[in-house]
Order: sequence, then C-alpha cells, then structure tokens
Amino acid sequence: MSSKPLDYENLNKNVKECQYAVRGELYLRASELQKEGKKIIFTNVGNPHALGQKPLTFPRQVIALCQAPFLLDDPNVGLVFPADAIARAKHFLSMTSGGLGAYSDSRGIPGVRKEVAEFIERRDGYPSDPELIYLTDGASKGVMQILNAIIRGEGDGVLVPVPQYPLYSATISLLGGTLVPYYLEETANWGLDVNNLRQSVAQARYKGITVRAMAIINPGNPTGQCLSEANLKDVVKFCYQENLVLLGDEVYQQNIYQDERPFISARKVLMDMGPPINKELQLVSFHTVSKGYWGECGQRGGYFEMTNIPPKSVEEIYKVASIALSPNVPGQIFMGLMVNPPKPGDISYERYVRESKAVLESLRKRAHIMTDGFNSCRNVVCNFTEGAMYSFPQIRLPPKAIEAAKKAGKVPDVFYCLKLLEATGISTVPGSGFGQKEGVFHLRTTILPAEEDMPAIMASFKKFNDEFMEQYEDHKGYSRM
Amino acid sequence: MRRFVADKTRNLIRRASTWSPTCPVSPRPHHPPSLLSQPTSPPFSSSSPSHPSSITSPLRFLTAAALHPLSFPASPNSMASNYSTTPVTLQSVNPKVLKCEYAVRGEIVTLAQKLEQDLKQNPDSHPFDEIIYCNIGNPQSLGQQPITFFREVLALCDHPAILDRSETQGLFSADAIERAFQILDQIPGRATGAYSHSQGIKGLRETIAAGIAERDGFPADPNDIFLTDGASPAVHMMMQLLIRSEKDGILCPIPQYPLYSASIALHGGTLVPYYLDEATGWGLEISELKKQLETAKSNGVCVRALVVINPGNPTGQVLAEDNQREIVEFCKNEGLVLLADEVYQENIYVPDKQFHSFKKVCRSMGYGEKNISLVSFQSVSKGYYGECGKRGGYMEVTGFSPEIREQIYKVASVNLCSNISGQILASLVMNPPKVGDESYESYTGEKDGILSSLAKRAKTLEDALNSLEGVTCNRAEGAMYLFPCIDLPHKAIKAAEAAKRAPDAFYAHRLLDATGVVVVPGSGFGQVPGTWHFRCTILPQEDRIPAIVSRLTEFHKKFMDEFRD
Repeated sequence: MSSKPLDYENLNKNVKECQYAVRGELYLRASELQKEGKKIIFTNVGNPHALGQKPLTFPRQVIALCQAPFLLDDPNVGLVFPADAIARAKHFLSMTSGGLGAYSDSRGIPGVRKEVAEFIERRDGYPSDPELIYLTDGASKGVMQILNAIIRGEGDGVLVPVPQYPLYSATISLLGGTLVPYYLEETANWGLDVNNLRQSVAQARYKGITVRAMAIINPGNPTGQCLSEANLKDVVKFCYQENLVLLGDEVYQQNIYQDERPFISARKVLMDMGPPINKELQLVSFHTVSKGYWGECGQRGGYFEMTNIPPKSVEEIYKVASIALSPNVPGQIFMGLMVNPPKPGDISYERYVRESKAVLESLRKRAHIMTDGFNSCRNVVCNFTEGAMYSFPQIRLPPKAIEAAKKAGKVPDVFYCLKLLEATGISTVPGSGFGQKEGVFHLRTTILPAEEDMPAIMASFKKFNDEFMEQYEDHKGYSRM
Repeated sequence: MRRFVADKTRNLIRRASTWSPTCPVSPRPHHPPSLLSQPTSPPFSSSSPSHPSSITSPLRFLTAAALHPLSFPASPNSMASNYSTTPVTLQSVNPKVLKCEYAVRGEIVTLAQKLEQDLKQNPDSHPFDEIIYCNIGNPQSLGQQPITFFREVLALCDHPAILDRSETQGLFSADAIERAFQILDQIPGRATGAYSHSQGIKGLRETIAAGIAERDGFPADPNDIFLTDGASPAVHMMMQLLIRSEKDGILCPIPQYPLYSASIALHGGTLVPYYLDEATGWGLEISELKKQLETAKSNGVCVRALVVINPGNPTGQVLAEDNQREIVEFCKNEGLVLLADEVYQENIYVPDKQFHSFKKVCRSMGYGEKNISLVSFQSVSKGYYGECGKRGGYMEVTGFSPEIREQIYKVASVNLCSNISGQILASLVMNPPKVGDESYESYTGEKDGILSSLAKRAKTLEDALNSLEGVTCNRAEGAMYLFPCIDLPHKAIKAAEAAKRAPDAFYAHRLLDATGVVVVPGSGFGQVPGTWHFRCTILPQEDRIPAIVSRLTEFHKKFMDEFRD
C-alpha cells in the first residue's frame, strides 16, 4: 500500500493544526537534558506537587480510606486515621453504589454535586442547582465538552484572550472552529478592554465568522491578573449584547496574592446585575482540584456549572458525557472535599488551615520575589502576579537577537527560552505559545519552585538574561550616536 | 433523573426503521418530515448498498439548518422557547453532538431510575422491590468486591505519609507496602498529586510493557503505551486522528458496543458496518468484511480502520486464532488500521476458548512494526478487577511513524494526563502478585472466585434464556454479556408500533415494568433488520441469579401469552 491511513499527510488536519505549547519543544528539550543528567527546574506547567508542594493531609486520608474501605472495619484504623477522616470516608462511600470502583452517574455523584452547589451558594450568595453541575476529569475535559457542543465548523468563532492558556486554542483547532483573539492590555495590567472586544467581534463577523462564545480566564493564565468587578460587569453586558455564551475559567479562584481585588465569580456578577440579564446570559463556569492550595493535578477532578442553558441543550451535553461513562470517582471525591473542607471544631480543622495557609502565603511571597526579580533584569518588564500561578514577563529582545533567532530557524522567544534552558536549566514556555502582540516577546514561568530556591533561581535567570542582552544588544554608547 | 431528550420514543422508532448502514444514528426528532421522507436503505442491510445520498443528506440537512442559529424560532415542541435567542440552543448546538447516541445509558435507564425513586417513596408502587441494573458492565455497583491487594496499594499511594509508620503494617499486607514504595519510587518526586508525562508515568508504562510481553511472548515498548482515563478516551483519540470528514469510514462490527457509533458520529465520520454471524456463534467472516469494504468504497467512503472487539461486546464471542490471522491479513492487504478492543481479555468462561491478543497474533505471523498498524485497548474497568470508577486504561500503539506518534502525544498532552490513581491501577492489573508474594493466595482466591462465579452466572442465564419460547442465545464465551435473539410475535410488533417503540425496546420496557430488570434493547447495538435482541449483563451477584431467572421466565411466559400469534 502506498498510502496508509495514518500517514502524516492523511491525518485529520485539525489534529495537525492543533498546538499545545505547555508541553511543546521547550518541554521536550528539557526532558532530554534531564535524561542527560542536567538539573532542570520545571516551571513550564502549573504542577505544584511536582515541584515539592506537599498534598493537604485530610483529603489524602479520606481518599485512602475510600480506596481501602475494608480498613473502616479494622479496629486499628484509628491508630493511623483521625475520626473525622473516617467519618467523611463513610459519608462519601454512602453516596456511591459500589464505592470508588463503580461508574457513577455520568454527570458525577449526585451527593457530591449537591455539595458543590452548596459551596457555590456560600461563595456567591445565590442558590445553585446541582442538576446543572457536571463533574469532570479536570477542568480541561469540561472545557472540551462545552466547546464541542458549541463549535459546528470553521464558521464558528470563540473569543479567547491573548495571551491565553493554550487549552483553548488547541481545543478550538481540534474541533475545527475558529479562534477569535482579543488582546489583553499589558500596559493596563493585562486589563480587558471592551472596545478591543467589539473590534475583534466586528472583524470576525466581517470575515463571515459567527462568534458564539467568549472565554475569560480569571485570575489570568498566563497573565496573572485579577479582573475587577466593573470589568466583569462590562464583559457580562458585552456577551449579553452580542449574544455570546460566556465561558468563565475560574480554576485559580483560590490563588489570589493581593487584597485590592479579591476573586469574584462571573456568576455572582451576573446575578448581581438582576433581570433580564441574569435570566438570559448563558454562562458556563469551570473549576478544578488541580490549582489553589490543593494543587491535586494528578487526580483529574473538576466541575462545570451551567447557568441559563436550555434544558434540551443540557440533555445533549449529558448525552455526550454519558459516552465517557463517568468521570473518575476518586477525582469526584477530591472535589467533594475541596468544596467542603474541615470546619472549625473538627479534629482535622487546625491542621487543614495550617497547611493551606502555609501554601498560600508562600505562593504570595514567591509571586513577589519573582516579579521583583524579573523587573530588576535588563530589558525585562513584568506585571505583578496578582493571582493564578504564573509570571509573564516581557522580554525586550534586541534586533540582533531576533536576527540570530531567524538564522537558527526559531521564533525569537523560543530562541531565548532555549538559551535560558541550556544555560540555567530553567524550563519556561515561550510567549508565542500563548499568543502576544506582534513584535513583542514574553515567557511564562510558574511561581511554583520552592520558596527557598527562589532567590537562587532568580539570580541565575538575571545572570543569564543580562549576559544575553550584553551579547546581542548593540553597545549602548554606540547606539546613541 | 432525565436522560436524553423527551421525545426519544420516536427517535427509537426511526432508528429502527430508517437506520442506514452508514448513518448508524438518526438525527434528532425536530426535523422529522424531511428526514422521514428521505429514501433510506433498510437498516444494516448487507445486501442493499447504501446510496451516497443517504450517507450525506441528513448531515447536510442539519448543517444547513444550523447555519442560522439565531434566526430559528423556537421549535413547536421545544420546552425551552424562552431560550430561543440564546447562542446555544438545540437548533444551534453542534449537529454532531445531536447525532450521536449512547444506548447503554439511554431512555430505559432513565425510566429505571424513575422507578427506583418511586420504590424509595413507596416500596409497594411496583410489582418488584428493587431495580436490577443489567444494562451496563459496572460490576462493583452490583456488589462485586474489589481485589484487596490492588486497593491496598492504591490507598498507600494516595496517602504515602503513612508508609513509614509502624501501625501501617498492622493494617496493610507487607507486599502491598512494598509495592507502594516501588511505585512511588517510579513517580518523580513521589508526587501522586502531580500531572504526569502525558503518555503516563514512565515507570508504570515499563511495568505494563513487561506485562504485555509476558502475556504475548513478544516484547513490548513502554514508549508505545499511552495511559488513558479508561479505554473510551483512547478510542476517541484514535477516531479523532483518523476521521477527517464524513467521507472517512470505520469498519465496525454489528452488533457493536455503541461507544464506536457514538464516537464516529461525534467526530463526523461514517460507520461502515460488518455483520457478525449469529448462527455461527457471532462469527466474523472475512468475506463479509470484504463485501462491506467494497460497498463503502463504491459509495465514495474511504475506509481507514477496522474495529474488532474481542471478546465481543455485546456478543460475548471469543475469536479463534485462525480467524484473527485472517483479520490481520485483511487489514494488512487493505491498508487498514486494526483497532483491537481487548478490554475483556481476562473475561473468558469456556475451556475451549482462549484469549489471544492481536499483537501476539501479528508478531507470530512475522508482522512487525513496519508491516501493520495496530492499536490495542485495555481497561481497568473490566476483567476480574472491574474497577470502572477509576477510569484507568491504556492503548498500545504499534506500526505508526514517529511523526504520527508525535501527533498522538500532542493530542494526549492537551488533556495534560490521565488520572494517576487509574494509571497505578493499570500497572497493577498488568503486574499482579506473583507466586510467593504474601498476597498471592488471597489475590488468586479473589480472582478465581470472581471469574468462576461469572462463568456460572453466564451459563445459568444462557440456559434460562434458551429455555424461553422463541428465544435463542449464543453462549457467553467471554466478556460480560448475553445477547439473546427474541422471535417476537407479530402481535407484539404491532403493539410496539402502537406504543411508538422499536419492538425490542417495547419488550425491554415491558420487562422493566414487570420485573425491575434493566436490559438494553438490541437496536442500541445494531442488529440484522427484522431480528430483535437485548443485551443483559451477567453481573448480578450469584445468589440473585435464580430470582432473576424466575422473574424473567415468568415475565416472558406472560408476554407470550399476551401476544402469541
């Protein structure tokens, strides 16, 4: 046979066009170097436990007991597990038929979804319907499911922030839709300008694209900003006027490192606005156990909540979920634990608070060390990481560096990041993986390396950067002449 | 609890009456006139080739309708007219989503859940006291106990903080503790809470590859393994890679596990059916494959892959090695990717049959990496372990160029990784305790107990079904299902028509109403037109089987008395 079905040229073009930079060229090179024995600092993925963050104890105790329910009958179980973990494990197991080993309802265990709804109500002050909450294998699966329902073909567009988390671009191209970018304003602290949005939509429509949805990431990934209430109101109004589904990626809602702008959910903003908009705007909000002070990435637990989606569309989304049978049950229990952690008076309460506070406070310190560090480097400017887990400094690459990159056949920021990796072992993601304005270059690092390693990492970065700039920048005296 | 849309009934009828071979799933009911009036080939007719128009027209119809998402007034039967101007309505949702169906969790299950609620509120509301779910291969929901050793290891990996404590030795077996240490050492930073490599943790893939090599007697490469959240996402991934448009076809057995029809519909491809021969124990004939391939080709469909489910779902047959060789040869000659669904590989119930992996068959024929493209799917949900809730599984991908491998990796990486607990479990089922290990005896005891009990249950149910008037049932050589053929009386078919149900769905509904036993109508899997089946799992616990048999027998007798011609 001359041409086989999975020869590269015969492959689904949507697959070929999809890009996912977080695990792209830089990551592969870093893995290679690691194999060769070089010490690599992986700051490419928001993967806290991989960088030494310890899991919170209570949820792990509960899950271990759910995995091994025969322990619950062992008279010695109390020697290893606290009573409230035992009680909670029994509580979750009683919600299932068949424990962790049986498929659950395709939307997730009803009891857990009820606890999620109660959490949302406590958070926002508005009731939430468990029937409209679907548990998923991490937030990514949820985003894929929803985009799958929205995108019919390349004529359908989804507004996505640029820079954006590449899950969106990758999924949109896998599904054969069109990404309609809107730019975040770096000089306005990565703010979201509604005029930009209008322009983006107008341009897309001019090209014959039906814009159907808008994604916001709050707090921002990779940009780390927290959207203000006023800004969110503008977005909600805009989506209402333009008849767009609003997709609220709120997976970093626990990760806030400043006090001026606490997290506020798109759903709360929408509900606060009252009728008719609160009854009409279609909103899907996403959450996960992978981020926050939990950082339980490996569990693949998450949920999405649908607001104002018609029942028949909800049924269709349910049907598609049912083909995947059910999300993983341990991940569902993690979600149940996240939305309903130990309370004051519980045996494990103090420990839980101590552990979670320590994680969050340390992340806040690291956010400062990192952005301050970047801002002390030559030709580097960086907005403060207000939330999420990333810094996204702009690297002002001199023309000579850009030329050198071209010669090497690399995008300039890829060139820079590869050099950084080779010189320091710091594995970052080039800004081009997230999208950026033309001629402007960035990189994304997580703020996740251990706090005590942070000063050394930033010093090593500074040394590399300043030497790089020295090498490629025309001599200052010369250029002034 | 609601499942799917309200007017599913009509949909089922239409699926039974207009299901064309290349469009296994009929579009939704709100556009009925134009669809129903369309010329369609008889459902799954192997003798009448489908016309290209029947491949594409429903799709085209839906696409055209969907191009004006906002101009559609609420359809007359819409329960959601106040949503008519919103961006995601039934009229504007992705038509591929509307098209796909998944009967295993379909209407009948929704009804069963409703009855269950009734019983909770009023135990006397129905002529039975509980619902018995025989619709889905979900063993632990019906009381099957997990393998203790596997769960011990998983618990310890989830909470490694207790590994070093002396009290832990009182709670866990020593080899489970040792295995947990081994596994944690394979995970960078011992971090079970971290995303892993998108193909899965390297050390676990090595364990799995070693397990495959031991099973087959041929080497396996850890780099060929992609760990996934159950086998289903792996199947989706391959469909995504293969299907470019409705012109791309995938050969699937009929009857088939509806994951395949659903996934092909979601990715916008064409299902090319081949019929298993019920008379020869659901035999797979190469001549049938050839015929269907040619038919598809002449309709302009580019067939890209062949799905084989072995042991069969819903049909329970185990392929003979000779037959497998022919299949391999066929795929090789026709340049098809062989997608081997081998998730029931541990579920074999008859002494005269054995499971042979397609990998082993290919290699024993001398076909290596360069000769044939083969993907084998495995899951932790089936076998004697039945760990459905864990969503663990893998696919072994061989015979693909490095470029393609990269593409698969890329698609896997968008979802970051599969859940770690499921990954660990996949490595455990491919490397269970060995002779001499502390847990070996309890492990084999549990395993043999489950498998021999499943074999007994399969036999009892098969015999019971065969003793019913007008029912014939092939034996379940493997897997977890029986798929009896019911020769429904003419009067019953008439009554079904009046009730706007497919005859087999009508039967299944009556069965549920009378006995509380939930089965899936054969039309959800596809069947030779004019024949009627249902799928029933063999999973209720052994002590429950006699009651099921007597309820079923009594129901069937009454049913026949009511409808006998």
